[in-house]
Amino acid sequence: MRLTCTVNGTEQQVDDVWEGESLLYVLRERMGLPGSKNACEQGECGSCTVYLDGLPVCACLVAAGQAEGRQVGTVEGMADADTLHPVQQAFVDAGAVQCGFCTPGLLVATHDLITRTGRPSDAETREALAGNLCRCTGYEKILDAVRLAADRMGADR
Amino acid sequence: MSTPTRTPTGAPAHLTGPGSGGVGDDAQRPDGVLKVRGEFAYGSDLWMEDMLWGVTLRSPHPYARILAVDTSAATQLPGVHAVLTAEDVPGEKVYGLELADQPVLAVDVVRYQGEPVALVAADHPDTARRAAALIRVDYEVWEPVTDARAALGHPTRDALHESDAEVTELSRESAHLHPEGNLVRHLKVRTGDPEPTADVVVVGEYEVGMQDQAFLGPESGLAVPADDGGVELYVATQWLHVDQRQICSALALPPEQVRLTLAGVGGAFGGREDLSMHVHACLLALRTGKPVKMSYNREESFFGHVHRHPATMRYEHGATRDGQLVYVKASIWFDGGAYASSTPAVVGNGGTMGIGPYVVPNVHVDCYGAYTNNPPCGAMRGFGSVQTAFAYESQMDALAVELGMDPVELRCRNAMEQGSTTPTGQVIDSPAPVAELLRRLEAMPLPSTGDGALDLRDMPGGVSNTTHGEGVRRGVGYAVAYKNVAFSEGYDDYSTARVRLEVIGGEPTATVHTAAAEVGQGLVTVEQQIARTELGVEQVTVHPKDTTVGSAGSTSASRQTYVTGGAVKAACEAVRAELLARAELLVGRPVPDLRLAGGQVVSDTEEVAVPLVDLLGDEAVEQTVQWRHRPTEAIDPETGQGFAHVQYAFSAHRAVVDVDTELGLVKVVEMACTQDVGKAINPQAVVGQIQGGTAQGLGLAVMEEILIRDGKVVNPSFTDYLIPTILDMPPMRVEVLEYADPHAPYGLRGVGEAPNISSGPAVLAAIRAATGLPLARVPVRPEHLTGTC
Repeated sequence: MRLTCTVNGTEQQVDDVWEGESLLYVLRERMGLPGSKNACEQGECGSCTVYLDGLPVCACLVAAGQAEGRQVGTVEGMADADTLHPVQQAFVDAGAVQCGFCTPGLLVATHDLITRTGRPSDAETREALAGNLCRCTGYEKILDAVRLAADRMGADR
Repeated sequence: MSTPTRTPTGAPAHLTGPGSGGVGDDAQRPDGVLKVRGEFAYGSDLWMEDMLWGVTLRSPHPYARILAVDTSAATQLPGVHAVLTAEDVPGEKVYGLELADQPVLAVDVVRYQGEPVALVAADHPDTARRAAALIRVDYEVWEPVTDARAALGHPTRDALHESDAEVTELSRESAHLHPEGNLVRHLKVRTGDPEPTADVVVVGEYEVGMQDQAFLGPESGLAVPADDGGVELYVATQWLHVDQRQICSALALPPEQVRLTLAGVGGAFGGREDLSMHVHACLLALRTGKPVKMSYNREESFFGHVHRHPATMRYEHGATRDGQLVYVKASIWFDGGAYASSTPAVVGNGGTMGIGPYVVPNVHVDCYGAYTNNPPCGAMRGFGSVQTAFAYESQMDALAVELGMDPVELRCRNAMEQGSTTPTGQVIDSPAPVAELLRRLEAMPLPSTGDGALDLRDMPGGVSNTTHGEGVRRGVGYAVAYKNVAFSEGYDDYSTARVRLEVIGGEPTATVHTAAAEVGQGLVTVEQQIARTELGVEQVTVHPKDTTVGSAGSTSASRQTYVTGGAVKAACEAVRAELLARAELLVGRPVPDLRLAGGQVVSDTEEVAVPLVDLLGDEAVEQTVQWRHRPTEAIDPETGQGFAHVQYAFSAHRAVVDVDTELGLVKVVEMACTQDVGKAINPQAVVGQIQGGTAQGLGLAVMEEILIRDGKVVNPSFTDYLIPTILDMPPMRVEVLEYADPHAPYGLRGVGEAPNISSGPAVLAAIRAATGLPLARVPVRPEHLTGTC
């Protein structure tokens, strides 16, 4: 089938999509956007979190056809050219990136959290990011990064 | 010989930036920006225009004879390019890290569920999977051997309680999973009085379940056939050169025709020490003449790598009335599963360090590794030391109860220190602040007991609203552990570093080239920091990790900052010596204190300032150095005595837990850790290692276990194999001590594993303190706490 959707503000059209393919597969293998990661492919780890019409979803659980005509936002669309988004910069500065495989999904989830809540409490952050597994950091520096990003984004408002 | 002409999209490039930070600074990772932009290419991200997808057909049975394999239907499916079986392996049919006993593809017999039997390459991953399902394999199914002690000819676990468990020659011969029998290794430690007696004796039996590394980035890579008949393999792994050796053996190709480059690695933790898809992708690429990508899904990943050995352990501690340890006797059984992997070395660690960081005059340890038909077990962070720490720290708590003594006091009274002798006869010749680590933990404030307003999120069970505090009891537990750093028992452990200094864009720029695998821990940052400090330049580029430079050894055993760090330092020193010699020629006289700083050759005593830009001109200075730590030695096979380990890392944890005793739910309230790291090369990364290691230890204590029933894995998914989420991890206090090891570069100590060892036993101790239950098995399940199992 043919799939047309808007990814990071650019219209994308791909052909020969098999109906069984997920949005994650199409992004990674057909659109050249491998930033969203394939750690579990069953919605448990959050590594493939993307925006679909403004809501964070696990791209592995979205059939490619469901994205027809919709807006998709991935980690590749976060930075403004060479300038990292404050959420991205905070993850780098706080040391919240080790192997980095969970990072793209956590960035999207954190971006959504701060956009919704402004300055989340630690308890709110833990609830909001409970669907994003990280095996390297023990999460302490991810919490540091969320606080840092929220402070910086708050200061920008 | 022709050179490779094609490079996949996402092939690793040189890492540059961030441009500042020497040894001891919180330098940022050179791959950090790529990772947050989604542009860092992991093994599963590699792509080529005409590539095929490879998949593996695996055995559904833990133990069976293969009667026939029929690949004809699979071969005929449109889109399929190749279907391969063991007959298509041109070289050695078996491989292995320490013993070559594991088939590349099953030969006649399968010995564990998930053993690779056949391979398919097709133009779409789902086509390949459908083709694999069309391969017909006829099995004669055998009853699997699933208990390590039974495999060694012992009585089963229940009967064992009544009997001694010596491995006899007879029992060894009765074993038959492999031609040499089922005993992979039996390590003995014997020191002091063989028949000691003591005022107070505690005996305990303990069990540790099978833990998975659960790295997030799946096993993956891309093999590209080369014009010279060889192959280029881009792969996420932990030791390129040991992979290369095994791949060459299986492919019957010389090393120059099997060229490896490290693809981005999404975590490792030991699970990438053994081969996974490496040979398979190369076989398919060489057969089809096309690039072949393989990337496991999560379920396959659970079958595609080795796990942490489950262990059963029996300990007996004897002490004087005033709490001085007199003796420890221990029997430790590791279930190695179907193939050896690194079981011999795991047994080495489990046995030599099996009584913990304590001074004990009389020690009698037997440590066994056995073959069974369970999944193969091998390396995981903590490597043989994680399991025994649960046992010896539980014993210390039990002894403290028996003596009516504070558990921290008992530990401190028996703690190793510099100058102590280990049970293997080694004198600890660098700081060993075991007691101080514990005392510092004790001095930290405890978290509040939450007398404020009720917040369900702080309760065991969380927003499931299972309790408002009724039935909830708090407990505090301590544990301390130690672990060898780098390879032991006489292994020739070295790393190679090539450092080049030249002027690029008007600036002196160093390039560091090693084959040391960056798996997330931040070694690439450390390499830059060392080069900046040693060469006095800001711009340091990290060359892609590949086999065009000599081996760096494995990214395991907490060894890379020590050994590859040592190699990079040594190579920088060689470059520096050449530069200083040139500078002296230029100055025209000997200057004793020339050094490199700020991009110049300078002297503190004389007026010298030679910019490196001028000194180098168009030339590059390059040095390649192979660097070794001081040698260790093999231990005596009958007594275990010898200088087995080059360095030890020490850490301690305090855990605070709340337990809902009615439902058996545990909430870890806080973890605190103290660790001596000798010298923190990158303090931010050191703390990150401690926090991450703490999380994996906590996971094993309360939730992580691969469940095996009759040799079959019950829970191969992240739905059923649970790792800690951000809700499960509590706030952590971390205190880093820096007592230099005079034998190590910069005085540093390996960091990564120790905190993974002490955290779980502290959690277990805290749950025992909260509940008063003996709890001799991890992970602790709700039914262990409610008595309903």
